[in-house]
Amino acid sequence: MSKGRFGIHGGQYIPETLMHAVGELERAYLKYKEDPGFQKELTDLYNNYAGRPSMLYYAEHMTKDLGGAKIYLKREDLNHTGAHKINNVLGQVLLARYMGKTRVIAETGAGQHGVATATAAAMMNMECEIFMGREDCERQALNVYRMKLLGAKVHPVDTGTRTLKDAVSETFKEWTRRIDDTHYVLGSVMGPYPFPEMVRDFQAVISREIKAQILEREGRLPDAVLACVGGGSNAIGAFYHFIDDPSVRLIGCEAAGRGVSTSDTAATIATGRLGIFHGMKSYFCQDEFGQIAPVYSISAGLDYPGIGPEHAYLYDIGRAQYVPVTDDEAVQAFEYLSRTEGIIPAIESAHAVSYAIALAQSMRKDQIIVINISGRGDKDVASIARYRGETDLSL
Amino acid sequence: MSTIAKAFDHGKALIPFITCGDPSMEKTAEYVRAVVDAGADLVELGIPFSDPTAEGDVIMAADARALAAGTTTKKVFDLVRELRRDITVPMVFMTYANVLFSYGSEDFIRTSRDIGIDGFILPDIPYEEKDEFDGICKKYDRDLISMIAPTSKERITMIAKEASGFLYCVSSLGVTGTRSSITTDVGAMVRTAKQAKDIPCAVGFGISGPEQAAAMAAVSDGVIVGSAIMKIIAADKPGTTGEVYRFAKELKDAIKT
Repeated sequence: MSKGRFGIHGGQYIPETLMHAVGELERAYLKYKEDPGFQKELTDLYNNYAGRPSMLYYAEHMTKDLGGAKIYLKREDLNHTGAHKINNVLGQVLLARYMGKTRVIAETGAGQHGVATATAAAMMNMECEIFMGREDCERQALNVYRMKLLGAKVHPVDTGTRTLKDAVSETFKEWTRRIDDTHYVLGSVMGPYPFPEMVRDFQAVISREIKAQILEREGRLPDAVLACVGGGSNAIGAFYHFIDDPSVRLIGCEAAGRGVSTSDTAATIATGRLGIFHGMKSYFCQDEFGQIAPVYSISAGLDYPGIGPEHAYLYDIGRAQYVPVTDDEAVQAFEYLSRTEGIIPAIESAHAVSYAIALAQSMRKDQIIVINISGRGDKDVASIARYRGETDLSL
Repeated sequence: MSTIAKAFDHGKALIPFITCGDPSMEKTAEYVRAVVDAGADLVELGIPFSDPTAEGDVIMAADARALAAGTTTKKVFDLVRELRRDITVPMVFMTYANVLFSYGSEDFIRTSRDIGIDGFILPDIPYEEKDEFDGICKKYDRDLISMIAPTSKERITMIAKEASGFLYCVSSLGVTGTRSSITTDVGAMVRTAKQAKDIPCAVGFGISGPEQAAAMAAVSDGVIVGSAIMKIIAADKPGTTGEVYRFAKELKDAIKT
């Protein structure tokens, strides 16, 4: 079996042209992840640039309103650039600099990963180009302009469904065109080894902090940790340091779109099957002949036909469970958290909030759940208004 | 051993690539017969994939048209059965790993053998992942074609040693598609590979016409031409089959000398 396996999942299913580059990346990553100088610089960026550690907030109003388990929110939305994406990006762009690269490229769905990459590139003085599906550029116009302000060049992608899947494909292609000076800052725990492992290690700071914070506040571990899952980077970050604690339920919330019985869905575990795509073996939404499905979700960040290989493995061994949440349910949770706690979550994170609302009510008052609020919802306000049929935002 | 080696028995080999089902299976059969009549030594049949990550715009568009026209793996198998009634040159499938994997890799490879397919080119299966498919290919005496690229450097020897059928030499960085010039020292790549193993080396990616084909054939054992042919096929008008024939003939004549 080749490198980078999580059970049967993972691997390096990429064209030969890229093998040299991922080999170089693997060697650099293995070297610098143990390097005190690199780690010190990264910690300094986390704490003094990105605003870490992020708060673990006790959602008292929500807890009382639901009358069940105690709910804590991990506030990744308060990070610089407004999402968990910065954790991975600072690690990768710093690594790229250590490797002598002068240019970074990245895909983006909702635009949060693109904004984070453009931010780190601006700060570390690197050239930056972002690939984003045309459909997503329209859904997330605010983030497109943020990237431009930060000095990045944004390429709208017009192939396929014009969403995240196509942006990933185009960024891989761009990498095969120009490798020597360029690092591909992959935004999730997916793609070929070493990406799933490296991105997970950079995001694992989330669960490291949750664990320390909850032990300090409650003196015990939570009963459940919830996060939304597209590729799955915020979820693996929130789960990682709890994997060896069997009393902690790990729940990934997938985007069901208009429902798992329709074709307008992006719930990979619920509707996909084993396959090979975008550099990895994992579960994918696909037809009977292996053609990748044109998935759908209201959330551009979860609108992806696959799931990271480590999640596929955690699912196989029953360590984590994955549940589908529809557009409707996510929008209701988006509005609920806004009104109850004064926190507007990203529509992606609202998928986890939705499932937590139901789960908390089925749990005892002495139990604890943590929801990872992976990002802030400012970027989604216009599309939620459209979803509610409100065309005039001024009133 | 498959019959792929046979393709390199008569001088420099011409290896045209054609996407199956663009615009229809009937047309694909006409185009394949046209390139064989023009002197093709081996035919690469593309099974379209929804997200072909190694392809440039021309072949990606061909794949999209073929899928929109209802092309499936089973229909491609039927096409090959029909072609094998008269076509005797070796034929290989070019597609992506998920097309095989989803069908059931062993079922796919066994069926391919039964209908007369000699090998497979899977651009998303590098050396490190090949065992999963190569073991089955060996069981059914088919060749999994290995690829080397301008970035392969020290990997060339390792890859060439275990290559079978022929070695696919990727001429340029980037994805498939015609290029105005090829700047890689392809001759050096081929020499390094041949030091590791005596195997035919064919050059693909970026070959736009007879002149480049001749230049690439001069430093290798054959040329693979895909996008330049699919550009002609994309026009899909009366006379396209004749044009495909004439273009393949020009390529064949150019690499002969």
